[in-house]
Amino acid sequence: MGGTPLPEGIKLIDENGKRVDGRMPDELRPLRIEAGVLKRADGSAYLEWGQNKVMAAVYGPRECHPRHMQDPTRALVQCHYNMASFSVDDRKRPGPDRRSQEISKITSEALTNVVFTEYFPRTSIDVYVEVLQANAGTRCAGLTAASVALADAGIPMKDLVASCAAGKVADTMVLDLGKEEDNFGQADIPVGYIPRTGEIVLLQMDGDLTTDQFRTGLGMAVDACKRIYEVQRDALRRRYTIPAGGNEDADNPEVR
Amino acid sequence: MSKDVMADLKRDHIVKLLSKGIRVDGRKFDEMRPINIEKNYIKSAEGSARVHLGNTDVIVGVKMIVGQPFPDTPNKGVLTTNAELIPLASETFESGPPGRPAIELARVVDRGIREGQAVDMEKLCIEAEKEVWIMFVDIHIIDYDGNLFDAANMAAIAALKNAVVPAKRADKGEDFPLPVAHEPISVTAVKIGEHILVDPTYDEEIVADARLTVAANENGNLCAMQKGGEGSFSVDEVLQVVDLSRRLGAEVRSKT
Repeated sequence: MGGTPLPEGIKLIDENGKRVDGRMPDELRPLRIEAGVLKRADGSAYLEWGQNKVMAAVYGPRECHPRHMQDPTRALVQCHYNMASFSVDDRKRPGPDRRSQEISKITSEALTNVVFTEYFPRTSIDVYVEVLQANAGTRCAGLTAASVALADAGIPMKDLVASCAAGKVADTMVLDLGKEEDNFGQADIPVGYIPRTGEIVLLQMDGDLTTDQFRTGLGMAVDACKRIYEVQRDALRRRYTIPAGGNEDADNPEVR
Repeated sequence: MSKDVMADLKRDHIVKLLSKGIRVDGRKFDEMRPINIEKNYIKSAEGSARVHLGNTDVIVGVKMIVGQPFPDTPNKGVLTTNAELIPLASETFESGPPGRPAIELARVVDRGIREGQAVDMEKLCIEAEKEVWIMFVDIHIIDYDGNLFDAANMAAIAALKNAVVPAKRADKGEDFPLPVAHEPISVTAVKIGEHILVDPTYDEEIVADARLTVAANENGNLCAMQKGGEGSFSVDEVLQVVDLSRRLGAEVRSKT
């Protein structure tokens, strides 16, 4: 970020103020979330966000392994973020690398904040985030999917975590960086946010920003998280709506 | 970070004092511990520094070898940052491959150096696409009393500033000082209850709800950030830490 020169012919922001993929600065890529997509897992979610495809599965609360990790007072929320070898242009070597370990750590911390861990002492709640196709913003996509999967698993939580990045490209603050913007942009600020309480539970930044630009970017990301939150809730609502034909749906307008 | 069994008791004590505006070691909330930096401490390294930040003791050594550039940056040197939390430094550190805390530490220090453009990487090119200098920044923790992020960051910057590229040894011409362009300095704060404290000690760190590291350059621009821990920050608290970082970072920079 910051150091890489832009290839000829690419304009990150054009004369009309539009971005490489035609979006406006505060426009998100199309986001679609499906809850409860896996049979075996206790909870799951599938997410498509622009060209990102991410699957999240939750197992647990279940016995915590290794045993010495057990906490007699609460559950351990353990996230494992993994990128499929075919998810990026140059094949990724399978298995955890330093980047994925860091993302796993901060995602675990963000999710722990919303789960009522004290309800399930000694257990582990394992969250597996599998990036199937990557196109910038996968940690935000993973966290967004993971919290829907946790809710789908019926884990008691104080709220969902929604996540989105803001960034700077061609000296303009924008939302939800795409791949070119990530590669050739000037800064990236991934944010994880709890809409109900207004708490920031995930925050990173890299690049070059003035304090004012950071303040603007953080505000944009928080606002985007509120929009993403609605998509998350909608996914859960669709999952738990009783299908047409049942009699219990009289007061549920969602049912067609 | 593994939880100290005394953490609950310590937390009560620390919080009680904080509510009276007192820190356990008598510092102000926005006061760093005394900093002592010994430059060029390791003669066998290309550059080095040993930092005492209060009782926290960290050595950073910079080593350089000739190697191949990455294909996407054919005319730039390569930066590799590694951290070892050796058992010598704390009863909570174990030997073996680096765990998530060590990886996070290394990656946050790396991000500061890389995104803050501390080193002019183009000057580390010997022959484009063929040969560049590979720079290893190795962080060794000697004694752990909290805030490894800032201690390692200032040790790394100090080490880079006195590093000499060993060109003669590698038969690549005359030795020259490492081209340091910027001096990104990080400042870390933790949140304990309602309180925001900079430069936490070990005791403050283990009872803290959340941690935020902000790195800024000498021009006041922000270059890297990392939130850690299971707690949260509000938007205002994040901006408060940003201001603290810019203010206190200038002082720290003058000591590297």
